[in-house]
Amino acid sequence: MITAGIDMGIQTVKVVILKDGAVLSRSKTISGFEPKNSAEQAFEEALETAKIPLADVVYVLATGSGMDMAPHSKGNVSMMGAVAKAGVHLFPSARTVIDIGAEEARAVKCDEKGIMLDFVVNERCAAGAGAFIEAMARALEVKLEDMGPLSLQAEHASPINASCVIFGESDVVTLIHRQEAKPEIARAVFDAMADRVSSMVHRLGVNPDVVLVGGVAKDVGFVESLKRKLGITLLIPDNPEYTGALGAALVAANRAKGSQK
Amino acid sequence: MKETPKDTKEYWRWQEYHRVLSDKSWKGKEAITAGVDVGSVGSKAAIMIDGEMYAWAVTRTGSNSPESAKKVMNMVLEGTDLQQSDIKYTVGTGYGRVNVPMANKAITEIACHAKGANYIWGSSVRTILDVGGQDIKAIHCDETGRVTSFLMNDKCAAGTGRGMEVFADLLQIPIEEIGKASLNIDEEPPPVSCTCVAFAKTEAIGLLRKGWSKEKVLAAYTRAMAVRMANLVNRVGLEREFVVTGGQSKNTGIVSRVENILGVKTLPMPNWREGGLDPMVAGATGAALLAKALYLKSLGN
Repeated sequence: MITAGIDMGIQTVKVVILKDGAVLSRSKTISGFEPKNSAEQAFEEALETAKIPLADVVYVLATGSGMDMAPHSKGNVSMMGAVAKAGVHLFPSARTVIDIGAEEARAVKCDEKGIMLDFVVNERCAAGAGAFIEAMARALEVKLEDMGPLSLQAEHASPINASCVIFGESDVVTLIHRQEAKPEIARAVFDAMADRVSSMVHRLGVNPDVVLVGGVAKDVGFVESLKRKLGITLLIPDNPEYTGALGAALVAANRAKGSQK
Repeated sequence: MKETPKDTKEYWRWQEYHRVLSDKSWKGKEAITAGVDVGSVGSKAAIMIDGEMYAWAVTRTGSNSPESAKKVMNMVLEGTDLQQSDIKYTVGTGYGRVNVPMANKAITEIACHAKGANYIWGSSVRTILDVGGQDIKAIHCDETGRVTSFLMNDKCAAGTGRGMEVFADLLQIPIEEIGKASLNIDEEPPPVSCTCVAFAKTEAIGLLRKGWSKEKVLAAYTRAMAVRMANLVNRVGLEREFVVTGGQSKNTGIVSRVENILGVKTLPMPNWREGGLDPMVAGATGAALLAKALYLKSLGN
């Protein structure tokens, strides 16, 4: 059985096509000002890569902040539900899934079936999400993808204001004026964000094993800081930014089976 | 600061200034005291003679607090015939209060703002909304200007002076004009949905693209910030008389919206440009007054 999941993220749309639990294809586009069109485009690309016609996809579910705009979709699944499902699918030992996207972050506690038991979210504040790293990279005049590797060269940490992007920018400028080296500042940015994410996760309780997903999970600098802060190992899947879409496709498969009965 | 190649004008940059109330003479006076309020964004200094306002100055805080304190102190002494050595007692306050080199004592800005508001508006003041560069505080005080309770926001730029600077820059409207500009609209638009300044910026760009005027976008943002401030005041409890201090007391767009949401008028803003006292300097004013009391105490009186 073939199903698909569409994650209508604030910054990017992700599509996963799944056949009997195995990923056939993935596709991603920038959400832009017309997220519906972007999603259509990503969906077509995913079908092309999978070399299947649309008619073969029996069930499509959407998730993410713009999920109501998703094409072909028969319904929605919450981002918390989706990442819990996918987290346990990828790592059966997972009981906590931390998902950090461009503008939102969340942590979900789940059972061995990937059913969500509890969650915490950071929303409407850029300080705990990918937007924080982006803003700090701009202030530091470093490419976003260079921030992580740069931070790993740091010899010490210099604390900055983690709780607000706007104040964080001022702090970074102050560190630049103080002629602090860029690796140290990059490290400070990741430590600050890890502090914030860690306090969010602690509100939920750290229940191992812990999986880290979402686009920010690809950032080696953030991963190192969060590991240090939480004092545990983190399981990170390949293609972590597709976890929400994968979860939606997995839930779609369950719903399709349910409706067949 | 971020600059675009097209437009390098710093819209956020506000005027630094100093004032001397020249009809007052310090000759033969003993209690010449100062208050230095090193805020996160602005540094303010006030000199008082026997507990009467004599001169004040406002400057931007640099990356170094002691330097900012010295700079604003030099500015306030400028135009007076006083020297640093004439000042008998100095109280440091604000975010950088422990880094004021000339201070004899540091006192929190909450106590200083209450004392300063009591001096500026009189003993009827009970609730003060202090909107600074990096935080918002709602303060309750008694008729002597003593703090009875207070609340402050988390470290978040929403509703602060710094947040306003970001919007002045984004919309390319000089910071001194954003209050008036935000009121230059036919009808009040709904507030922006994001309080986070970083996200509100994205939302504002979307609204501009939709064809909203800069003034309308500014009104929507100012409204959202005013709601946040009014919530803080309501949490501490609104008791008249009500006043606004700090840099945003000069933002008519903010003050009128906060009044509108709370359904209460603030006491009239003094004409700080021409001989009146300055609510932006309320913290330094209170600090200079507290300095007088401490000076007299140190003399054993």
